[in-house]
Amino acid sequence: MHKLLALWCLLCFLLAPPLGAREAPPTAQDPVLEARVMAIAEELRCLVCQNETIAASHADLAVDLRKQIRSQLVQGRSTEQILDFMVQRYGDFVLYRPPVKASTLLLWGGPFLLLVIASAGLVLQIRRRRRLPADASISEEDRARARKILADEAENS
Amino acid sequence: MKRYLIPLLVFLVLLGFLGAGLKLNPREVPSPLINKPVPAFALPALDQPDRQVSARDFQGKVWILNVWASWCVACRAEHPVLMDYAKSARVPLLGLNYKDKRTDAMAWLQKFGNPYQLSLSDTDGLTGIDLGVYGVPETFVIDREGVIRLKHIGPVTEEVLKDTILPLLGKLGA
Repeated sequence: MHKLLALWCLLCFLLAPPLGAREAPPTAQDPVLEARVMAIAEELRCLVCQNETIAASHADLAVDLRKQIRSQLVQGRSTEQILDFMVQRYGDFVLYRPPVKASTLLLWGGPFLLLVIASAGLVLQIRRRRRLPADASISEEDRARARKILADEAENS
Repeated sequence: MKRYLIPLLVFLVLLGFLGAGLKLNPREVPSPLINKPVPAFALPALDQPDRQVSARDFQGKVWILNVWASWCVACRAEHPVLMDYAKSARVPLLGLNYKDKRTDAMAWLQKFGNPYQLSLSDTDGLTGIDLGVYGVPETFVIDREGVIRLKHIGPVTEEVLKDTILPLLGKLGA
């Protein structure tokens, strides 16, 4: 019974059309164009599943946007023009590499700012340590003096 | 005592950031289309495929554009709110039937009711891309000059209608 089931599953697997077969034709037609489409799609965030690129996402919108990139490339538009097209519609958020401008200054500068603060803290800490006497051990002379003071105190009380 | 002060301060700042982050909705991406003219479109009406409707037909009017589809589950959630709005319909409510089959869309409206003055068919989703649509349902408010004044992503709830959309309509003089 189990063997039969396994065989059935294997058969289904082998006979099933490969996923994404519908998108396949353009790849076969023009691999150079498709590589350019994918290179641009890698730069763009899929807004439906926000941690994926448009190149990687299977969302309907990502498929449509890849189609859009492809047709614009065919029309002879440049990569910059296509990225601009996307930003005009979906905002800077679609770019995985956001541009440096006033509103993204903290995003770009933040890590360096933290680095500066942390280094300053480190330098201060090291300087403070240096100011402490390097050798904290007491000389035999001082030890004798201390012993004497303690003994005197014990006597007085 | 002083040695605990700095870690405590750092902790409080971190807590502030995380607390604010909890309130943000990462799905709500600010649209660059706000305060920009609504993109030009010419689409067939859903119920009369021969009739072409363009954005310019609404020049001089305040109107609401609601992007919906019969396959969209969240559209079912906002549907009663739209039906309620349609009773008074202070400004025309238009539907953009996004990436849908005409027959499915018509059946959906038949079954649940039609809150739209008119629905347009965006079968290939190209107008949707021009509008920066990424999560149906989405709702736009467009003013008399044809400028987008609001984009709401996700279902319109009673609160959104009452606290955001209706006051905006008032401000736009409709």
